[in-house]
Amino acid sequence: MHSAQAIATGQRFWRLPVDASAHGPALDTHLLLNLWIALALLALAHLILLAGLAFRRRASRPVHTLLLEYLPLAALTLLFAFLAARAQQLWAAQRYTGASLTAMQVEVTGMQFAWYFRYPGADAAFGETKPTLVAPGEGNPLGLDPADRHGADDLVTSQLVLPAGREVDLALHAQDVIHGFSVPEMRLKQNAVPGQTAHIHFTPTQPGSYAILCTQLCGLGHYRMQATMLVLPPAAFDTWLQAHEAAAGKRGQP
Amino acid sequence: MTAQHSRWTHHRTVGFGYVAISLAAACVGTVLSLLMRLHLTWPAWSLPLHGLILPEEYLALVTMHGTLMLFFVLTVAPQSGFGNLILPAQIGARRMAFPRLNAASMGLTGLALLVLLAAFFVPGGSPISGWTAYPPLSATALAGPGQGEGMDVWLAAIALFSLASTLGAINTLTTIVKLRGEGMSWQRLPLTVWGWFTAALLSVLVFSVLLAALAMLFCDRHLQSGFFLPTGDLVNGVLLQHHGDGSPLLWLHLFWFFGHPEVYIAILPGMGLTSMVLANFAHRRVFAYRLMIATTLLIGFLGILVWGHHMFVAGLNPFAGSAFALSSMAIALPSSAKVLSWLATIWRSRPRLTTPMLFALGFVSLFITGGLTGPILAQPILDEYLHNTFFVVAHFHLIMAMAGIFGLFCATYYWFPLLFGRLLSEPLGKLHFAGTLIGAYGTFLPMHLTGLAGEPRQYAQLTGGGSGPAGQLLQTTLPLQHGITYAAFFLACAQLPFLLNLVLTLRSHLLATPNPWSATTMEWASQDFDEASTEDKPTGLVTYRGPCHYSEDGVSFLPQWESGATSTLPPE
Repeated sequence: MHSAQAIATGQRFWRLPVDASAHGPALDTHLLLNLWIALALLALAHLILLAGLAFRRRASRPVHTLLLEYLPLAALTLLFAFLAARAQQLWAAQRYTGASLTAMQVEVTGMQFAWYFRYPGADAAFGETKPTLVAPGEGNPLGLDPADRHGADDLVTSQLVLPAGREVDLALHAQDVIHGFSVPEMRLKQNAVPGQTAHIHFTPTQPGSYAILCTQLCGLGHYRMQATMLVLPPAAFDTWLQAHEAAAGKRGQP
Repeated sequence: MTAQHSRWTHHRTVGFGYVAISLAAACVGTVLSLLMRLHLTWPAWSLPLHGLILPEEYLALVTMHGTLMLFFVLTVAPQSGFGNLILPAQIGARRMAFPRLNAASMGLTGLALLVLLAAFFVPGGSPISGWTAYPPLSATALAGPGQGEGMDVWLAAIALFSLASTLGAINTLTTIVKLRGEGMSWQRLPLTVWGWFTAALLSVLVFSVLLAALAMLFCDRHLQSGFFLPTGDLVNGVLLQHHGDGSPLLWLHLFWFFGHPEVYIAILPGMGLTSMVLANFAHRRVFAYRLMIATTLLIGFLGILVWGHHMFVAGLNPFAGSAFALSSMAIALPSSAKVLSWLATIWRSRPRLTTPMLFALGFVSLFITGGLTGPILAQPILDEYLHNTFFVVAHFHLIMAMAGIFGLFCATYYWFPLLFGRLLSEPLGKLHFAGTLIGAYGTFLPMHLTGLAGEPRQYAQLTGGGSGPAGQLLQTTLPLQHGITYAAFFLACAQLPFLLNLVLTLRSHLLATPNPWSATTMEWASQDFDEASTEDKPTGLVTYRGPCHYSEDGVSFLPQWESGATSTLPPE
């Protein structure tokens, strides 16, 4: 528990928000390690700088470049290589493979200036969307095609509701311009780019309400393109999903 | 080649022209940044004669501040401004290689600035898509106010600027390659010249790519092409009509292929000058001089391989993220080598702490502080949290903007006696230095913390976006915002002693002695041959050795232009 305490102290010192995802603690540990190392090197370099100015003059003796230049450089190379290798492991663990096949599927769509979330419903398949059918005023902000039966039970929400402890596979889209999907408390960030789909997967661990921000300049309403991620205990989530899917299903009936 | 050149094409005239353009851009850019700080801290504050700052107006401030500072200050002043003022004399030449082209590039740059500033006055106002102008936001007038005529004006201004920079860089390269004076071998070039040389190489390579990207974006906007636009893009309820199925990511690649080397173009001349000024006042040779040349070139080379680190979460293949992480980490090594050389050069040298020396030391400090967050941001997994937060804003303002400005102040104080025959006041200079250093750190250090707390860049307001968890998260950064804003105003006010210094010194009749800093580089010999003359005849100067020849005890020195006899340093 000692290291957990050290991490909590570090998170407070560096003002990091709550960390509520499964991959978050490892990311935070690595981030804090980086920050402390940077702070230590900052202090060391300035100490050398000031000491070099303060001490009385000494004739510049022929010193080996090896000693003053290449040795510290070798040490820094090892340090940066170590940090890069650790970072690479975390990056590979999160990004090199997709979500597990049992992960929950949610589609995220960014548009000026709102986020929409779509659940596939009982058939586990998303219905077709068409930009020509987009009609936010008529309750169809994503342009769901009524001709596609997969879309009949799709549930579209403006709040991202997720169960705690289950892996989620988010498919990110953008309707108009590039948006940045960011959930600081989940240590998650990925751009939603028009014309392509980006997948990110993660597991929320603690129930609670979390901030969803847009982190890619998208227009005059960029600052208010916010949403909420509500993480519920699994049982409460099932209740929520059933209630909303039932309502969506009724709406989808011909 | 004519024997007599017009005063208008004289490199000093051109250099002063560039500096004037930069100074104007810096003044406007600073005012814009202060307005941003005021609005971010007190969103209800109303700008006199204008009223409330609207979100789109805030973004216009962001865009214009970034564009002015990056292009017209940090690129123009060190490379084109001081490059023209000092470079020919420093290599023992009388002039730049293409004087008329030189004057034309300066005119184009000035025109580019006027065109850019015109964006404030067109219908819809200035563009709001930032200096990076990502499409589709930048590709259609439908995407927001300022994205119509304002964006067209921006494109025209940056296209003019790219053209001028390319021409200017060709001139710089040709001058260094062809016009070095007698005895000025490559190894005897001062590190400032290596900085200008590398930055000019980068400019030629990357501004042409930017120019192409600008042309493509123009086509997407007006000729229904689809380089950067996918099919079925629905902006503001309108389906964009264009040919082909393009990708916004292509713009990101092209832009950052230019954009990252651009920040090295901004900082390399400052690095070179810092090395020379530290050595000058420490009365020593730059430690590991040849390695310094190598690291300058290496930073330039690696600089064109790292653009993907701006795109870790932009939708790149994650393997590409790993590759760009490697190249970005690698660039930390030549940068560290430079810092080690600087520290070793001044170690126990008891340097004369003149104002130019203080600004050079400040450059080193800011370069270290801003540089240490570089390897952090080069790790893709950490960008998953830090990308586009104020942590990044803090990073690049310290290492590029503040270090760059310190390099410019160092250059101004150091070369003022060469250019104007008078020394700037030391007490006022030291006051200027202390205020600027405190202001720079006071403004940008706390931004690391608001960034770590989650504050995203380019948010017009931290309040008023909702009261949910997102609003609450943003509000946690509010207490620090006040301090940052006060520090930013302090930083701006710290420039008043500098302006006062300029005015008082230019009005004074107290002339500086020749070579007042006991410098060893060729530009200080130029007073012997009337640098300001427009007559095109050989300087008659010979370079006998490399720069920074000081005796072991630091008491006497041998300038590059002296054939043998050492000069003794004047007593302090």
